Amino acid sequence: MDVIMALLIGLLYAAGIFMMFRRSLVKLIIGVILLGNGVNLLIFLLGRLVKGKPPIIAADAKVLVEGAYADPVPQALILTAIVISFGLQAFAIVLIKRAYKVVHTDDLDDINTREEEE
Amino acid sequence: MLSVLCACVIAALGLPVLVPRLPAAWRPSLAILPLGSFVYFLLTPISESQLLLTELPPVHLWLKLDGLSRLFALLITGIGTLVYAYSGYYLKNHEGQGRFYGFISLFMGAMLGLVLANDLYFLFICWELTSISSFFLIGLNQQEAKARSAALQALTVTGLGGLALLGGAVILQIHTGTTQIDALAARMPADFSVGITAALLLVWAAAFTKSAQFPFHFWLPGAMAAPTPISTYLHSATMVKAGVYLLFRLSAAFAAHPWWTPVLTTVGAVTMLYAALHALFRHDMKSILAYTTIAALGILVFFIGWASPLSMQAALLFVLVHALYKAALFLITGAVDHATHTRNVLRLHGLRKQLPALAVAGGLAALLNGGFPPFLGFIGKDLMYEALLHEHAVIGVPLLLVVNVALLYAGLQVGYRPFAGSAMPEGEVSKVSFWLWLPPLLLAVLGLLFGFLPQMPNALIAAAHVAVGSSGFAPLQLWHGFNEVLAWSLATLLAGVLFFRFWPMNRERLGWTEKVEMFSPAALFTWLASSLQLFARRYTSFFQHGYLRYYVMTVVAVLIGGISLLLFDDFAFKGSFEPLLELTFYELGTLAMLLAGLVFVVFTPSRLAAVAGLGVMGFAICLLFVFYSAPDLAITQFAIDTLTVILFVLVLYKLPRYIRVSSMAVVLRDGVVSLVFGGLIALLALQVIHQPLQRSVSTFYAAQSYVAAKGKNVVNVILVDFRGADTLVEITVLSIAALGVYGLLKLRLRAEERRNRA
Repeated sequence: MDVIMALLIGLLYAAGIFMMFRRSLVKLIIGVILLGNGVNLLIFLLGRLVKGKPPIIAADAKVLVEGAYADPVPQALILTAIVISFGLQAFAIVLIKRAYKVVHTDDLDDINTREEEE
Repeated sequence: MLSVLCACVIAALGLPVLVPRLPAAWRPSLAILPLGSFVYFLLTPISESQLLLTELPPVHLWLKLDGLSRLFALLITGIGTLVYAYSGYYLKNHEGQGRFYGFISLFMGAMLGLVLANDLYFLFICWELTSISSFFLIGLNQQEAKARSAALQALTVTGLGGLALLGGAVILQIHTGTTQIDALAARMPADFSVGITAALLLVWAAAFTKSAQFPFHFWLPGAMAAPTPISTYLHSATMVKAGVYLLFRLSAAFAAHPWWTPVLTTVGAVTMLYAALHALFRHDMKSILAYTTIAALGILVFFIGWASPLSMQAALLFVLVHALYKAALFLITGAVDHATHTRNVLRLHGLRKQLPALAVAGGLAALLNGGFPPFLGFIGKDLMYEALLHEHAVIGVPLLLVVNVALLYAGLQVGYRPFAGSAMPEGEVSKVSFWLWLPPLLLAVLGLLFGFLPQMPNALIAAAHVAVGSSGFAPLQLWHGFNEVLAWSLATLLAGVLFFRFWPMNRERLGWTEKVEMFSPAALFTWLASSLQLFARRYTSFFQHGYLRYYVMTVVAVLIGGISLLLFDDFAFKGSFEPLLELTFYELGTLAMLLAGLVFVVFTPSRLAAVAGLGVMGFAICLLFVFYSAPDLAITQFAIDTLTVILFVLVLYKLPRYIRVSSMAVVLRDGVVSLVFGGLIALLALQVIHQPLQRSVSTFYAAQSYVAAKGKNVVNVILVDFRGADTLVEITVLSIAALGVYGLLKLRLRAEERRNRA
């Protein structure tokens, strides 16, 4: 499973980067989302995959039993990352909408004018 | 001494405001500031002790007034007095007069600080201050493009020299362990290591740029774009003499260096010859004076280079002589310009009728410059010949003869020719005020007086001579008897006068100089500056092209390069394709779902379908979190993914379909780059998961979660308790994003409303 997971992460990275290379603004955001998912899974994988042992202390215990739980630290990191990337996505999506209203294009190259070309 | 420097600073701050409010007739009285300082330096005895103002390591504000400092300080304040008085009248209708007085006071203070400083870093600070204040002075006519570019050029050249000086000071401090200038000579290692030589080269770079030595001389003629009183001050006694002062000051420490004499004499000789010959082909009075100034600086460097007691004496005396006649000639030029609105010697003649006092001053200054007896210039020239005849007669004397003849010719051109011949038409010449002719007359008369009574400047020069570390001062005297020196001196005078009489300036000769202008250092400098700008523009537009995807591609390419360099440098694949965990049917289904979603997102032509694919992928990842013991992540991912899809659909469904813009080749290229990058990441991940894991952090949380924080869900406890501050910041970020979203949506509504109303 780990191997497949690693390959999958590679694919997510590749897809994210590929989408970011496109000229469409919407594709750019989709690319960022894909890349974000890839990063989250990568961190998750690097914390090692553990089946069926969530880091929750049993009702009758005071500490987690050594070695018998999934690592909580990457999970905490990913949770934060998911929420933050949502903030970024929401803002970006609304911004695209707004930009489209103003310039009537979704094409990055049309929006893009350098100083001397203005 | 401190009060003088403070007065300059206060004046620099106060005069720009004060001067415009002062009645024009009162402005020449501002000369009281330099005059007071002049009297102070005249009356204060020189001393070997130094005054420590304050210590800001590594800068020690040590001030010391020795013979050399006093000679220069008297020139700075003395010429300053005349320039202040002269400018009060000369610039009375200039809108920048307040600025002028402010900057020239700052400049004077900086110059005085420079010659009084006994600390290398303090000297450097003053050095840079003179560069900066002279930048503003040269560019006083700021509405003229020519003045601005001349000011910029002067600042560039002298500023670069200043940086070299700083480098030299640092190296000297490292090698001698002191920054105190008068202690340098004693601490100088006898063998002159490479470091000391490097320091010497840097100091030279500073001195040569400041004192306009070939090939850095070109900023000086350009600086003539400044109003004449500024040129007077900068080029007769102060700014350009700073480099010469530095050489004088450090000659005690460096004169024994094997490179000192060959380099300085060569540079000085080339400069004086080049500039003196150039001066012959100029017709603008200021331009002539600019080139003779460069030539005079070349003479000074030449004589400092020989470093014998007699040559030092000749150089020191020439500093005084040059300041007197050059300031006088500049001031006369300004007055002539003021009266006739031209400085072209070909159009000026017979001004003695209308401007008699100025004509007297001009004649005297030209004689002083030429070194006619009984002027001080005569003594000065005698000393030069004598110094050369003693040791370096074969090359030195003929060279000096040529330069002196050219300088004499140029002096007559400025001081004599405009006043000789038939009178100019009455209407073309206006009267000049007493303030314009008295200062140059005063200087010229002083030159005559000093010639008759050489004991007056004798003490001044003798003290300076001691300060530069030379011994065996020969008292100045007008008459040496009939000897070889006198013969050379008279030959110079005769040749110069005959030359002037039989080879007068004419228009034809002006064309000659333009032909060689292309190859001059000035043209090289301009070419360098413009190529640098062109390079910067091309560089910027190459890297800052404005295409986001190429920025991303650059970043990715660098990452690919970097990662593969590290990964394959010592490549032993430690990972294995042996799965650590068994694959179940559910997992396989989820992975297939994820993969299908991914392919769909990337290749679908419909935006809405892509968003749906994103949703599918999100839920698949959510399931993965469930399988692998991360219930909190699963819940979060579920909620967030749902929200994202809803937002996407709500906001974007109105947008047009994707445009098809990429060609097959571009898609292929992007695909290859992305896949290589993805593959590298996958490889990296495989490498890492087969390494042992450092678990001390999670062990801590596992042990302390309930005991210390009373929570059983460890992930939650980490977020809201152990790392609570991070979460607070996260909430803040989200709130800002929410405000942004809200603001953008509101903005849209208002814009629509406005459109509806219209």
